[in-house]
Amino acid sequence: MNSNSLSPSPATAALPGWRLPRFALSRWQWLAAGLSLVTLIPLAVILASFLHIDGEIWAHLSEFVLPRLLANTALLLVGVSLGVLLLGVPLGWLVAVHEFPGRWLFSWALMLPLAMPAYVMAFTQIGLFDFTGVVQTWLRDTWGSSAWMPPIRSRGGVLLVMSLALYPYVFLLARDAFATQGRRALEAAQSLGLNPWQGFWRVALPMARPWLMGGVSLALMEALADFGAVSIFSFDAFTTAIYKAWFGMFSLSAASQLASLLVLLVFVLIWLEQHIRGRRAYHAGRLAAPQPRLPLRGASAWLACGFASLVLLLAFVLPFGQLLVWAARVWQADLDARYIDFVWHSLALAGMAGALVVCVALALSYAQRRDPQPRTRLLVRLATLGYAVPGTVLAVGLFIPVAWLDNLLLAWLGEALPSGTTAIFKGTLAVMLLAYLARFAAVGFSSVDAAMQRITRSQEETARTLGESGWRLLRRVHVPMLRGGLFTALLMVLVDVMKEMPITLMTRPFGWDTLAVRIFEMTSEGEWERAALPAVTLVLTGLLPVLLLAHSSSSAQAPSR
Amino acid sequence: MTPPLLQLDAISQRYARQTVVDQLSFSLQRGEIGCLLGGSGCGKTTVLRCIAGFETLSAGRIVLDGQLLADTRLHTPAHTRQIGMVFQDYGLFPHLTVAGNIGFGLSALARDEQARRTSDMLALVGLANLADSYPHELSGGQQQRVALARALAPRPRLLLLDEPFSNLDVALRERLGQEVRDILKAAGATAILVTHDQNEAFAMADKVGVMDQGRIMQWDTPYNLYHQPANRTVASFIGQGVLLPGVVCADACIQIELGEACSMRPHGFVAGTPVEVLLRPDDVIHDDSSPLQATVVGRAFRGAEFLYTLALPSGHTLLAQVASHHNHALGESIGIRLDTAHLVAFGVSAPDAPR
Repeated sequence: MNSNSLSPSPATAALPGWRLPRFALSRWQWLAAGLSLVTLIPLAVILASFLHIDGEIWAHLSEFVLPRLLANTALLLVGVSLGVLLLGVPLGWLVAVHEFPGRWLFSWALMLPLAMPAYVMAFTQIGLFDFTGVVQTWLRDTWGSSAWMPPIRSRGGVLLVMSLALYPYVFLLARDAFATQGRRALEAAQSLGLNPWQGFWRVALPMARPWLMGGVSLALMEALADFGAVSIFSFDAFTTAIYKAWFGMFSLSAASQLASLLVLLVFVLIWLEQHIRGRRAYHAGRLAAPQPRLPLRGASAWLACGFASLVLLLAFVLPFGQLLVWAARVWQADLDARYIDFVWHSLALAGMAGALVVCVALALSYAQRRDPQPRTRLLVRLATLGYAVPGTVLAVGLFIPVAWLDNLLLAWLGEALPSGTTAIFKGTLAVMLLAYLARFAAVGFSSVDAAMQRITRSQEETARTLGESGWRLLRRVHVPMLRGGLFTALLMVLVDVMKEMPITLMTRPFGWDTLAVRIFEMTSEGEWERAALPAVTLVLTGLLPVLLLAHSSSSAQAPSR
Repeated sequence: MTPPLLQLDAISQRYARQTVVDQLSFSLQRGEIGCLLGGSGCGKTTVLRCIAGFETLSAGRIVLDGQLLADTRLHTPAHTRQIGMVFQDYGLFPHLTVAGNIGFGLSALARDEQARRTSDMLALVGLANLADSYPHELSGGQQQRVALARALAPRPRLLLLDEPFSNLDVALRERLGQEVRDILKAAGATAILVTHDQNEAFAMADKVGVMDQGRIMQWDTPYNLYHQPANRTVASFIGQGVLLPGVVCADACIQIELGEACSMRPHGFVAGTPVEVLLRPDDVIHDDSSPLQATVVGRAFRGAEFLYTLALPSGHTLLAQVASHHNHALGESIGIRLDTAHLVAFGVSAPDAPR
């Protein structure tokens, strides 16, 4: 044992009396640390806004804004949690463990709402269920009255729309958890004398709890980050308040202080999510192959089919149908050169951001691979933390340091610049791309890293014994084997960037209006029809990754070859 | 004698608190095939990874062909060592064809030279007709040979094989073992094999090291390991057999319950010393005319022979390998005699020490 201390390590032998400082990072760790700055600097700037609190603004905020924001946010968190659980868990349970008419269709089609951004869901549902909408009009024509319908433009409406848009997160995780352990749990429960209903409540549901809570926390992060849907409903949330503070009151410090509160909320959620995910990892090792399903018969089969159909109808078929009807009505007028510009801007931004994110994701994943230490893992986790940070927060958090840097440079360079220069980096594409990178690095990283995990250590080590190392190793072994993962990452980021509203809205350079911006402008004037064509385009592109996900999960669900 | 190609001097490998490899030494001549044999967790794969350059040493040094590869200060990176390795799961690249895999390590050569070397290797392992197949289209044995050809293609100074046959079924394992040995010998390669399978070690290697708890208990030819095990651990790991108590009566003879057992060589104990004698199943011969009787208490039919477990009057048991037409029931008494050309004895209280 003590021969360890007798034989000097290379470093101490070279520098007698010196110990390497404990924060010394390997070059892979430096890489990850550098990349994490894109997320950490905006977060630090936002949190630092508490260091110089403007008393006047704060007094205004705490008197007029904060009480309503906090009440609304609490309502949103509780309501969306309940909503996504009530939709996602029963659907996941039905589809995973039972056999009923249409089960195969529902098992993937119930994911389709993922293709529809919450803000698109919001204005189509209003269009459908408002007093002048299709549904109420039909009710009046048929039954003479529609007064009993609760108004859609209400808090309940917000919660309904959010739940319909976000339940797939819970559905997906519930379905997979139940598919792998539900049937066996039920059998174990039955052998101990419980009926299936008791078995669900006392065994299957508690066993799946880590997955369900994981799904709920994902949905809640989306709900907290949502800007478009709440602004369509004029429902005051932190994101809309940040936007108003900056673009309405022109108070960057009010915006950043509101953002800091939102960040604190998000941190609590992340903490919960990590806590739960740790337990899920423990469970995941014991997941078995999917088991055969229990057939439902008679009324219960049709009830199951009816419930799933109703959710699918409300969450995807009706809203998408409404969009198509509107789009058909306006496309001749709206499909003009400006529209082509929106599409082009969306695609160009998404393509640039996608390429950037994929490169960063590859670098992070490779760094973690080459230097598999807890510290590298931590740095990579920090670099991908932005998935949880709402776009409004990132926009504010990046703008402040960029503006500071601009002022510094302007003061320094002064005369060297052409007269009238007021900005260097401010309002450029670079800032926007950095914000996208911070927000979507995790999306890219997770699919690249999943593919990286499939490269075995022996494949890598074989290449090393054959004389390859460093970047050549990456190029000759990893990149070709990661092709699928890189493509998935690119596609996911592409679609997410196209849907992203607040970052685009708040950081776009002049003239860079995208489909999402167009939707925001039309919906804020209540022109649902004119928002339909860009919305249809977004939904159709959003379908690509969802179908990919449906395909990969259905092949994972198939019995092993 | 020429200096060895590979020399390991008292290498040690420690993780936090655990010593995985403990002061291990051995050397290998050019063209020899060595084998590290041991149960799981004995440290044999770690030794291989130290030689390949995937692990750093806590103590000791590794010298290959006169070049210091590693000691506590120096660590030559794996990719510059020119040591080939065949992994347990083969580590084939799924995105490359068989020819692409084999040519992977040849990028320093000119293109036509690469092609020539690749086709030579394909011919050597008998896969010339599968050059354009992808790894997932091959059988396990074919994948194994691709991995071997890929490792041999850049003419490594040393080839390492980590449990190369463990993913194959038993019948294939035996055939491939011989085949791989022939390929290695034809290529003039020096190789080290790691395995837990004694048959594999004996079929392939010129020298075998039996490992336990990070140390080599004995480094010797398969013949000597079987007939002259250095200690009880090696004796019990290699082959079957039992230990019977006895007392030394002469330079080459030991008195045991079955009479006086003598061998061709002196055993080195002083007369009167209490010892334990190793009796292999093939040391015990079934002989109906022998006055020595033992009771059958267990029998395992192996086709060509029976392996009988026999109880002596004292209660000690022995194993006997008997041709299978001698079919005896449990409880029957049969005549036996000893045929101990190699007499192996251990001092009663002697601790296990590497020899």
